[in-house]
Amino acid sequence: MSSMEASDLTIDTFRKMFESGKRFDSRDLNEFRDIKVSLDVSNKAEGSARVLIGKTDVVVGVKMQIGEPYPDSPDKGNLMVSGDMLPLASPRFEMGPPNFYAIELPRLVDRAIRGSEMIELSKLVVKEGEKVWTVIIDIYPINDDGNLIDAATLGAIIALKNTIVPVLDKEGKIDYDKKSKEKLPLLKDVFPISFTFYKLGNAVLMDPTREEAETCEVRITLGISRWEKQYLINSCQKSGKSTFTQEEIEKMMKILPEKFEEISEKLKKFL
Amino acid sequence: MTEKFKRPSGRALTEMRPISAKVGVVPNADGSAMFAFGNTIAIAAVYGPRQLHPQHMQDPAAGILRVNYDLLSFSVSERKKPGPSRRSQEISKMTEWALSPVLDLENFPNTVIDVQIYILQADAGTRTAGINAASLALAHAGIPMKNLVCSVAVGKQDAELIVDLDKEEEDYREGEGATDFPIAKIANTDQFTLIQLDGKIQPERVKEALNLANKACEQIYEVQKKALKEVIEQ
Repeated sequence: MSSMEASDLTIDTFRKMFESGKRFDSRDLNEFRDIKVSLDVSNKAEGSARVLIGKTDVVVGVKMQIGEPYPDSPDKGNLMVSGDMLPLASPRFEMGPPNFYAIELPRLVDRAIRGSEMIELSKLVVKEGEKVWTVIIDIYPINDDGNLIDAATLGAIIALKNTIVPVLDKEGKIDYDKKSKEKLPLLKDVFPISFTFYKLGNAVLMDPTREEAETCEVRITLGISRWEKQYLINSCQKSGKSTFTQEEIEKMMKILPEKFEEISEKLKKFL
Repeated sequence: MTEKFKRPSGRALTEMRPISAKVGVVPNADGSAMFAFGNTIAIAAVYGPRQLHPQHMQDPAAGILRVNYDLLSFSVSERKKPGPSRRSQEISKMTEWALSPVLDLENFPNTVIDVQIYILQADAGTRTAGINAASLALAHAGIPMKNLVCSVAVGKQDAELIVDLDKEEEDYREGEGATDFPIAKIANTDQFTLIQLDGKIQPERVKEALNLANKACEQIYEVQKKALKEVIEQ
């Protein structure tokens, strides 16, 4: 049953409920499920985190490699984000080349992080123009019960906060046996959180379960960060065939800073 | 502050680059168009509705839209390796979703409408130019549409909101840097069909940015309508 697509009847029922502000699990439309975070998923990773939002479970690991800088940024380290929609995590995910969703998810995480400038890439240069660190964030869902993008971004920033830069030996290769204490250079107190709004009929909601998400027609993911007292939208992407109205977008701009405060307060000790 | 601020091109803050559009640029296609924002030039061709293969992809309830966007290898400074990239795949999908809300394909079951968009010359704003060209090409092909789709990138250079960023503006790194905020909307409505953003913009300024996009889209709509009329009168 879990792999059946949402029927018209289900969609209609959900639409009526959402439009009157109700959900099956009695949450408000903008209310998140419980968020649980744990660290050190793998002691081989330079940093890692596991984030559960309700039954959605995602693990994120950071690995660091030495490589060449991009020609247009010889004085900066590189950031790479990848994701693999493991068939382990959902009846929807299949083996084989990545579908659009699998391409989009890491790109959204990448853009939220890059836009916020939380990683000080200019401090990741070993030799300018020749050797720099590449920070690679790998995202794997363990169980997809909706809102994977927001969970993945949270996992990525928490993993980055716990990332240790490996030691280089005399030849400039990584020495995995030596333990370093050097933290990844990050801006103090700046990080993005991503929030995705889903729409069905005239109702807009956050943090859907997979069942809820599959009835929705369109979604929009926004990355928001806080610089001192100022909020900044760093990334945004609408996905899906339907539209958002200007009024709906303006309303999101009011909700986002509130949600940023709520989630960052809740996860204070990890951020 | 506004009076002191000068765009590199000398344009006013809300001034787009010269825009031009021409319909019927690919004789083989069922519909085609060119759209340019200054030095950014996009061409789009529509083939279909035609039978969709493989058959298992067919939708018996409605025709489907399939968009392919890409840069020609020599359209950018550093040669772009031919073939799809993750960026072009993403833009193809975004464009598909930007256009599909205006299409009514229920009368074309099991078919596909292929939209091919290529960028001849890139100076930022390629996806928005591509959407404008594709919207014209769909209309030219006679596909039933609720209205045209109009697309433009608004954005921010340092603290100033500006319209239709060129590459130099998109690469700006001083102060608050550059924000690229490409949108598309159904003409004459408040329905946004493409919303993307990269950069730094205060949530409270998004409304102002959208209003700038609305004004620019009104101008684009006029240019699009004119181009469609010209091809009919020929």
